[in-house]
Amino acid sequence: MSIPDGLWYSKDHEWARLEDDHAVIGITEFAQGELGDIIFVEFPKVGQKFSGGDTFGTVEAVKTVADLFMPLDGEIIEVNNALDEEPDRVNSDPYGAGWLVKVKLSVPGGTGDLLDAAGYKELIG
Amino acid sequence: MTQLKRTPLHDRHLALGAKLTPFAGFEMPLQYDGIMAEHKAVRTAAGLFDISHMGEFAVSGAGAESFLQSLAVNDVAALQVGQAQYSAICRPDGGLLDDLLIYRRENGYMLVVNAANIAGDFDWLRAHAGADVTLQDISDSTALIAVQGPHSRKVLEAAFGEQLAGLEFYHFSETSAGGAPAIISRTGYTGELGFEIYTSPDAAPDVWDDLLRAGTEFGIRPAGLGARDTLRLEMKYCLYGNDISVDTNPIEAGLGWITKLDKGPFIGSQAIAAVKAAGPDRRLVCLVLEERAVPRPGYPILAAGEPVGTVTSGTQSLTLKQGIALGYVARGFTKTGTELAVEIRGRRAAARVVKPPFVSGTSLMD
Repeated sequence: MSIPDGLWYSKDHEWARLEDDHAVIGITEFAQGELGDIIFVEFPKVGQKFSGGDTFGTVEAVKTVADLFMPLDGEIIEVNNALDEEPDRVNSDPYGAGWLVKVKLSVPGGTGDLLDAAGYKELIG
Repeated sequence: MTQLKRTPLHDRHLALGAKLTPFAGFEMPLQYDGIMAEHKAVRTAAGLFDISHMGEFAVSGAGAESFLQSLAVNDVAALQVGQAQYSAICRPDGGLLDDLLIYRRENGYMLVVNAANIAGDFDWLRAHAGADVTLQDISDSTALIAVQGPHSRKVLEAAFGEQLAGLEFYHFSETSAGGAPAIISRTGYTGELGFEIYTSPDAAPDVWDDLLRAGTEFGIRPAGLGARDTLRLEMKYCLYGNDISVDTNPIEAGLGWITKLDKGPFIGSQAIAAVKAAGPDRRLVCLVLEERAVPRPGYPILAAGEPVGTVTSGTQSLTLKQGIALGYVARGFTKTGTELAVEIRGRRAAARVVKPPFVSGTSLMD
């Protein structure tokens, strides 16, 4: 199970990679494995603002559907449109080409109650 | 919580890295490498399924035929030895107790029932059986493996040296597989050319291994219940518990084609005849979504914004790459081409009633 160091993880199985005043957000290897083959991602609109814990979209997998929860406060500045054509990138490369959204952080550098890799590893056992 | 039962192939599933799921009291493989890959393998090559959770009953004795004729909706008398038939059993009010297969063997019948209904069906049969009928629940001593897909015949022939070209749709052969007695029947739940192999729990692991080995050159993949569900849904095959239940009758479920009201009375026949005469208040229809959305069981079906039904099964068709659903829809909204909507988390997705099956041109009759 891949849980890269340097990312921050939520208990809802999203990850955030902090880059200056923004963060790249996706779902974890564990989450994609639980969901199975992903059919599409329903994204928020660029410019929408969310607080940590808000639902910001849904992931439709063959077998199930899951809400996406925003790990940090911020405003959507980009969504990964490549997933429209290739949603399976979330399955094959959840920390890379399968990223979901980029968010301009309300509190740059803040990590709230997110877990580091070791903490997340403990969470999912 | 009661302990989940395991099939004789449990070790094989673990070795193949299956993701397991509880289903009808069994711990079953949901998927191995992924539902999409398994679905595609069955539509284009071959898939190997462990469906040993299914229940089997042996019915014999001088009164076996008339006994089954008095319970089953289909015409048991029409069955020749070596033939299988899709059928159902109902309550007096026409509510479906189960859908099942009836096999006519040399010395009696074998019934194949849904795993969730094994105990209930057996009690129902026992309650109606006379002294001239012998009933036996052989579920625990019967393993069931399905090979499905356009290359399934080649896989079986390579594995067991059996010639199957002469085995017609819904016929079976009492033979052997992997050195043990087996029934090989040309049946399935995927809409592709396919075979189901009934064998003993002891022989099942060898049969499974032989099929996987022989199937490699034909692109076989082990496939789980996830792919079984998406495959059957593309064909509009009903799933008991989702699309049919004691609260639905064969006419509204679209099972009129197996319900032979002219064969003589059977339990439920009066009620079913009344529904047929009056026309059902609702029907199970096929819906294709006209926008990107995935319908799921329980989602409301709307006509002009008003609820007219409910989705009973839904998925993304992996063949059509569109959302598809089965659902009961009120009279007046069931005609092919009717424009409806499915409500998905507060949003309305346009949907259209289509003729079954969703996917045609399969290898079923090859």
